Amino acid sequence: MYEQIAFYLFSVLTIGLFLVTVLSKNLLYAMTSLAAGMVLVSGFFFLLGADFLGVVQLIVYVGAVMALYAFAMMFFDATKDTKENNTNGSWIFLLGGLTALLLVMMFAAPIFSESVVASYPSVEGATNPQNVGMVLFTKYLIPFEVAAVMLLVAMIAGIILAGKKMDHSLTTNEDNIEVKTLSKEEEL
Amino acid sequence: MEAAVLPEVTSAGVIIKAIIILAVIAAIAGFGTFIERKVLAFMQRRLGPMHVGPYGILQLVADGIKLFTKEDIVPQHSNKIIFKIAPVITAATAFIALASVPVFPDFTIPQWVPLLGGVFVPSIAADINIGILFVLGMMAAGLYGPLLAGMAQANKWGIIGSARTAIQFLSYEVVTGLSILAPIMLVGSLSLVDFNTYQTGGLTSWILWQQPVAFVLFLIAGFAETNRTPFDLLEHEAEIISGYATEYSGLRWGLFFIGEYANMVTVSILAAVVFMGGYNDLGFLPGWLMIILKIAFVFFFMLWVRASWPHIRPDQLMWLCWKVLMPIAVINVVITGLFMMV
Repeated sequence: MYEQIAFYLFSVLTIGLFLVTVLSKNLLYAMTSLAAGMVLVSGFFFLLGADFLGVVQLIVYVGAVMALYAFAMMFFDATKDTKENNTNGSWIFLLGGLTALLLVMMFAAPIFSESVVASYPSVEGATNPQNVGMVLFTKYLIPFEVAAVMLLVAMIAGIILAGKKMDHSLTTNEDNIEVKTLSKEEEL
Repeated sequence: MEAAVLPEVTSAGVIIKAIIILAVIAAIAGFGTFIERKVLAFMQRRLGPMHVGPYGILQLVADGIKLFTKEDIVPQHSNKIIFKIAPVITAATAFIALASVPVFPDFTIPQWVPLLGGVFVPSIAADINIGILFVLGMMAAGLYGPLLAGMAQANKWGIIGSARTAIQFLSYEVVTGLSILAPIMLVGSLSLVDFNTYQTGGLTSWILWQQPVAFVLFLIAGFAETNRTPFDLLEHEAEIISGYATEYSGLRWGLFFIGEYANMVTVSILAAVVFMGGYNDLGFLPGWLMIILKIAFVFFFMLWVRASWPHIRPDQLMWLCWKVLMPIAVINVVITGLFMMV
């Protein structure tokens, strides 16, 4: 019974918060509700007994991804409303149609649920992280490794982009500034 | 800690536990300010608060009255809703993190208590088998308190404070996670109960002796994540007035404070359970006393560090995180893995 109450509570809150994200004209409201919605999404994982994924959702989406969004928003005045000038109706039509299609598919999914069999059922007695690890390092090893390489590429690219103009001073606008290196004593 | 021996955990027990955590930790947060002032005073050869009550102990009440009766100011051009929510986020995430760590020993309410007699109150309110990750996740979510506070208040100092929140918390989460990964590899579980059982063999079985590097890294990152002094750049008075808390007054500011102290308690508990033997008996000392002593020691250690070290600059903070602590943490994880395989 608690699970059902929690599920409906989380559902209503999640949808409500994501609606605020889409409809609000205020950056700060949009960001806050998106982050709060992400927290509530992790609640669904906990309800399904996938504690590990729930926590990963918390750490990755709430702790890291949303914080980076927030960091980008430091460059705007977050207390003012933004003026949206999106009047392109066809986009709204397309997105609305796709959303409706997705909803229909989601509602129709339980019809086929009896024929759904887990191709990699969770191992009895193994804990949550162990189950994830087993699938990740057997069936999905190559995608996992490819993702790792992609992240490495992104990291190197980020360092190169950021490091390109490291010797250019933004305050005095001159190149080849001396990078001040501190001795050990000064740093401590 | 076999679950079969323990009585069944009822929802009443969990609710009682939650209320106990809220009440006691909030009180500790208040009392912590008094302890902090006293400890700092003694380390600086002063007396600290002495006037209110015997030995200044009622200073706590005086501070409370001051906080409660202060005018609650919401700045005119701020984003008022977010401004009001932000302190609650800090306090709430700090207390939610406490839900999955062992705070007090198990006990059963005696039968003579009306209504609640015989209810078993568990040591951990929500005993999920990934306790450590949950605590780290909630502490990660805690960054929204200072972040939103700074962005909502339409104040330059606040914006700088929240920018610093984002970089500091994001960076040091990496170090916390990597440093705690090595003990997790040793134990092979994310459950805090398993960490406790791993260290049942007395003083020599503490993970602290096997993973001294991880322990030091965890403490350093813990200071940064709880916004304690060598790393309290979010509200560095000398540079940015009070950072994210510049426009806050009264109880709203008090909520930030309670959240910070609750986080300190959480980090202390994590350090005690993960590295320092948890709530196992040590010689003639019972386990419940040991865990309280360990938590108190780590808490005291935080105050000690505050008295000993000055603030550092933001660039030094980033330098320390990415060029010193993170590589050491990675090397520590690799070496631990090599030792476990051999």
